[in-house]
Amino acid sequence: MNFLSSHLLTLILFFPVLAALAILFLPKDEVKVIRWTALIASLVPFGLSVLVWMRFDSSAAGFQFVEQYPWYEAIHSTFHVGVDGLSLTMVLLTTLLTPLSILASFSIKERVKAYMILFLLLETGMLGVFLALDLLIFFVFWEIGLVPMYFLINQWGSEKGERTLWKGIKMQARNYASLKFMIYTMAGSLGLLLAIQMLGVLFQTYDLPSLYQKWNALEGTLMGLPVATVKAIAFWAFVVAFAIKVPVWPFHTWLPDAHTEAPTAGSMILAGVLLKLGAYGFLRLVLPLYPVESQRFAGALAFLAVMAIVFGAFASYGQTDFKRLVAYSSVNHMGFVLLGIAAAAKVGLNNPDLALNLSKNIALNGAVLQMFNHGLSAAGMFFLVGVIYERTHTRNLNDFGGLFPLVPIYGGILLFTSMASLGLPGLNGFVSEFLVVRGSWPILTIYTAIAMLGLLFTGAYILKGVKQVLHGPLNEHWAHGEHRLTEINTREIIVMAPLMVLILVIGIWPAWILEVINKAVVMLF
Amino acid sequence: MQFPILSVIVFTPMVAAMLILLIKPERKNGIRVMALAAASFALLLSLWVYFTYDKTAAGYQFVEKYNWMPMLGISLQFGVDGMSAPLVLLTGVVMFTGVLISWGLDDRPREFFAFLFILASGVFGVFASLDLFMLFFFYEIAVFPMYLLIAIWGWIKTREYAAMKLTLYLFIGSVVSLIGVLAMYWQSGLHTFDMLALEQAAFSPAFQKLWFPFVFFGFAVLGGIFPFHNWSPDGHVAAPTAVSMFHAGVLMKLGAFAALRVGIMLLPEGAKSWSWLIMGLALVNIVYGAFIAMVQTDFKYVIGFSSVSHMGLVMMGFSTLTRVGLTGAGVQMFSHGVMTALFFAAVGMVYDRAHTRDIPKLGGMVKPLPLVAVAFIIGGLVSMGMPGLSGFVAEFPIFMGIWQVRPLVAIIAAISIVITACYILLVIRRVFFGNMPAEFEGHIGPITVQDKVALVFLCVIMISLGLFPSLMVPWVQTGVQHLLSLLGGV
Amino acid sequence: MTAFVPSNILAILPEILLLVLGLLVLILDPFWKDESRRLNLGWLTAGGLFAILAVSLAVARPGAEPALVFGGMLRDDWLGFAFKMFFLFGAAITALFMMDVEHVGRRAEAYFLLLAAALGMSLMASAADLVMLYLAIETTSIPLYILAGFLTGDERSTESGFKYMLFGALTSAVLLYGFSLIYGFSGHTGIYELAATFPTFSLLALGTIFLILVGLSFKVSLFPFHFWAPDVYEGAPTPVAGFLSTASKAAGFAVVLRLFMAAFPSLAANWSLILAVLATLTMTVGNLIALTQKNIKRLLAYSSIAHAGYAMIGVVAFSQLGAASTVFYLIAYILTNLAAFGIVTAFGRVAGSDDMKAYYGLSRRAPTLALMMMVAFLSLAGMPPFGGFVAKVFVFAAAIEQGWVWLAVVGVLNSIIGLYYYLTVLKYVYLYRMEGEDEEKHPIPLSRPYAIALTVLTIGIILVGVLFSPWFSLATGAAMNLF
Repeated sequence: MNFLSSHLLTLILFFPVLAALAILFLPKDEVKVIRWTALIASLVPFGLSVLVWMRFDSSAAGFQFVEQYPWYEAIHSTFHVGVDGLSLTMVLLTTLLTPLSILASFSIKERVKAYMILFLLLETGMLGVFLALDLLIFFVFWEIGLVPMYFLINQWGSEKGERTLWKGIKMQARNYASLKFMIYTMAGSLGLLLAIQMLGVLFQTYDLPSLYQKWNALEGTLMGLPVATVKAIAFWAFVVAFAIKVPVWPFHTWLPDAHTEAPTAGSMILAGVLLKLGAYGFLRLVLPLYPVESQRFAGALAFLAVMAIVFGAFASYGQTDFKRLVAYSSVNHMGFVLLGIAAAAKVGLNNPDLALNLSKNIALNGAVLQMFNHGLSAAGMFFLVGVIYERTHTRNLNDFGGLFPLVPIYGGILLFTSMASLGLPGLNGFVSEFLVVRGSWPILTIYTAIAMLGLLFTGAYILKGVKQVLHGPLNEHWAHGEHRLTEINTREIIVMAPLMVLILVIGIWPAWILEVINKAVVMLF
Repeated sequence: MQFPILSVIVFTPMVAAMLILLIKPERKNGIRVMALAAASFALLLSLWVYFTYDKTAAGYQFVEKYNWMPMLGISLQFGVDGMSAPLVLLTGVVMFTGVLISWGLDDRPREFFAFLFILASGVFGVFASLDLFMLFFFYEIAVFPMYLLIAIWGWIKTREYAAMKLTLYLFIGSVVSLIGVLAMYWQSGLHTFDMLALEQAAFSPAFQKLWFPFVFFGFAVLGGIFPFHNWSPDGHVAAPTAVSMFHAGVLMKLGAFAALRVGIMLLPEGAKSWSWLIMGLALVNIVYGAFIAMVQTDFKYVIGFSSVSHMGLVMMGFSTLTRVGLTGAGVQMFSHGVMTALFFAAVGMVYDRAHTRDIPKLGGMVKPLPLVAVAFIIGGLVSMGMPGLSGFVAEFPIFMGIWQVRPLVAIIAAISIVITACYILLVIRRVFFGNMPAEFEGHIGPITVQDKVALVFLCVIMISLGLFPSLMVPWVQTGVQHLLSLLGGV
Repeated sequence: MTAFVPSNILAILPEILLLVLGLLVLILDPFWKDESRRLNLGWLTAGGLFAILAVSLAVARPGAEPALVFGGMLRDDWLGFAFKMFFLFGAAITALFMMDVEHVGRRAEAYFLLLAAALGMSLMASAADLVMLYLAIETTSIPLYILAGFLTGDERSTESGFKYMLFGALTSAVLLYGFSLIYGFSGHTGIYELAATFPTFSLLALGTIFLILVGLSFKVSLFPFHFWAPDVYEGAPTPVAGFLSTASKAAGFAVVLRLFMAAFPSLAANWSLILAVLATLTMTVGNLIALTQKNIKRLLAYSSIAHAGYAMIGVVAFSQLGAASTVFYLIAYILTNLAAFGIVTAFGRVAGSDDMKAYYGLSRRAPTLALMMMVAFLSLAGMPPFGGFVAKVFVFAAAIEQGWVWLAVVGVLNSIIGLYYYLTVLKYVYLYRMEGEDEEKHPIPLSRPYAIALTVLTIGIILVGVLFSPWFSLATGAAMNLF
């Protein structure tokens, strides 16, 4: 037991790998065994993270459950993990969504073994980013997460669809999407890599807590340039890498393709967790390491955030592909996260104005909560799209219509989740969006105002989507014969249930999570 | 007296070669078994040497010295330090897997394994040599078997041309460095070829500046440095699989290592004056190699040029003359060696079954050859420098080293990472995934047990090193420490 | 004048024994029946030569100090002794090779001539007097002229013998003229007395050296007196070509070493430059023309010419290491070239052709023979672990030590060219196939003498390449005794 409690985070992090290894040795035809092994194995990290949550002392400062082991001493990198409120929230999100996604993947029939192994490895990759307190370890897991996702989209993504590249070369849509995803993210992380290398070279350590102090204390010239210039360049290197992931307009173009072509569970995880990696990067690295530059460029960030909100909403509205609509909605919702971050950045460190500080905290709280909430609702939305796709094999909104009477339970769940996405008060979306807006208003008034416009259109596209699917005249095609739409089944309801419960609980009583987040946020920046 | 383990390692393949030549040519399985036995023996011994190397003591260990020709100061002296121990291990690994991969070779396996082992002896000899004459002796022994191996068992279309080009290029490189070596011998006035003594010889800076290019670039030809890399892609492609594995996996490291051992360690001032040139040329290797790899349509040429690119990283690491850069270069030699051995093994397996290496004509190989696909993907990730695998452990410190010296170069070199990712992913997708062309349906047989063992072994090495850098980095560090002391404590 | 001492007999013991052996061959020959003649003759000669070798090593070794004997005609020193051993060995191997050659193996005269030539070479190596030297040279050359033209039925052989004789006669006349000039200037014929009398540079002295060089260049096949070699080697019976290219050349080198290093040390700066230039031209011309050859004997001929150039580098580096490296080079070269010619002989008598195309697929017809060929050719190319490699490295080292870096570079570049054509031959042997691809049906059997000789040579090549210390000590001992 002692081992357990002193190595909780490492266990959470590496258990999925062990599970993947175990699955490797299972015969590939025993599909049921593989599925259930994966599901049960993924519940273990969830259980452990709940345990951590319970034991987490939200009044204490700094990181808890810290573990540090020597890893690559030659370049002064150690395996250093720990959680604070921010990362714990994200860890919980990840370990929650993974089992649900695996459960959602029970409908995958081909090469289940490889799929599950990749999925579990993906989980480790994501958890590693959240848990890392060493910059190099952060980067390692950041990159590790890319590979399973690439293959998941590439191999199990939607089979239809083709993209035409230059010179008339045709490529399967999922190949195009996965390649774009990989290359985009890698290119973005190149700047990150270079900046990390520079930091490592400068300070002979990658330990985040010490880097926070040393980097900020640096003055004078660096490699022939004034420190401020170097910091600015490094700042943008970091920002670009994370902005691609979030994704922030205009670095978002990989997302609609990736989301649309990914298999259902892939989209759930992609939207639910992977995007949060980017935002997490902003919070954990960009703000604390570059407070001055963040303040300086906060306006630019806010601008990009607002563009994301507005354009994301407009783009969503214009979609006929249900999944693409939800994909763009992610751009839209993540824009709020960035808006909150930008607001906090604008206020800066050690601002004497108490009111602004309060707003800053509120904005940050909102941003983090939005991360969690969007994780839930986006995962839910994508799953629901998947549910209908499996039955109808189309995602075109025009093909649907008036399905409510046919599938009332599904309709109800879809409505519920859409409302959460829309930001209906009483559900989680409202709380986080409200906090962000309330926090940003005093700081970035104009931007917030424009964002509200976006919010308006959020409502528009959500309702449009829901209407085209559920309401209106019944599309006879689905009513009879072999295309008759079947209701949502038990397994699928079980997938949605925890999400819906959490959505409701956070909407009504957010204190339990906000407390944890708040403490972290306050000490973060 | 301690067991002369290094001599045994060096001469086992040679002895095995002679024994193999005595077996009747018809007894092919007997030949193969003997070869495998010798290779396993060498591998075990090199593992032993590696893991019993005392890292705290550092320096040269397992030293053996036999006076060979006292008159001119030539001695048969062996010893390994932190830089060469991993390379000895690498040779053992590649030799072992090479024999496994060549199990199916049916045309005169007797001569094949005999020549391959002569080559292996030469390689071991260079890595373990502490006598300059003997280092050169073994270096040359490693050159001529390549000619026969490629010319006789290679790809019919280009084997003669590639074999001759390779041999002449390498021979030219080696004799250029011979001149430099002889100049050093006479200049030192010590009348010895003992490298330990020559390390302390303190040649004048002018002498070093003049002779360093001869020595370094002469050996670096074998390392594939631009613009003397031209022999490498053709040589890779024309060679039979095991020979390609040896060639890219070990032989190119031979050149880089000799350049390090003889060039940088014995002529440190020269190294410092010329490091800018090495850095520049290595940068060309890295970026140009990656770009060229991207436009290839022959599967093997992609890997060949990728080798040129990755060896550029090794040279780049050398040129930084910093602790991290040199450490990275040392690890990269090992990591790339394993990775490229894996690549060529996989390519060979595909080619043996599909009888084409033309990428547009291939596809869907993952179904009949799943393990090959996975292995190739892992190799691909290593070449991209994906963290968690050995490539990252090697490439990251090299970049840190470059940062310390010339940040702009680091930024340019980093471009190659993306290009590498592009072409690797594209190749993986086109060869292994997608639709299998009709003509291959049902003709792609499974791989043999020997192939599987080789692939898994190589993958395990790359993954283990990636997850646990402490499996190799401390060794390399001790070697680098010594290097730095020779450079004057950079 | 040194007095005659009975122990001086030991100094010429090898020569005496050679004479005895030769007479024995001639006497015993009529007593043997035709079929067994070749066996008996061959084994007698070879065995006898090995016996002489053993006996000489046992009892006739020179003393610690070199001594002039027989009135200053000969010098009993390690240089001469070492070379004598080489000649005996070379002759023995050649005798073994000669045994199975049509029209040669059964004729006692061939063996006798061989022994006579060996006798002459031995005298050349230890000659300390110009007159003796000239006598020895002629004693060597005349039997060799006859041997070259021995195949009277073959036009090419006759031509080669004739050409050899004409060239040889001309150059030795020039050589004699040079000797007479030396005598005229110095008043001495003793080589070791010349050093004192040629202290200063003068145009006449240089001219004299030129004349001597003409004669010696012929013997050693140095540019520009190398023209005879390809034709002679091609036409002569192959074992004879082998003997010519090795022992005869080595004898020439022995003389060059002695004359130039012992007799003309003061003019070293001049003659070493001349020799350096000649060596360069020799190597380059030899290698370049070898590239175009289609007949393997001619290829080996040009290759031998080139090797003379390499060996000369050691002479140019006028130093102990230089002399030692030349002697060592000759050791390695004798072994290698004899092996190469021996293989050509063995192959030629079965396949009936010396065209390189005939060698296609040899590795499948006779794997062991192919391996030996590989050893020999790679040694010629200068690859380890064979003798040729070490020899080349030492020669280059000697050159660099004395500052002749450009010469070493030239040597290196030439090695590269050489590598190309040696590998090409190996390519034919290993890669190419016979027409019809039925090599199994066309094996190349080796008779016992060939097998023994080639095995000994192959082992020797590898031995010299790997355990080179004792051989180099021998060479150094010989070199030290020069002065």
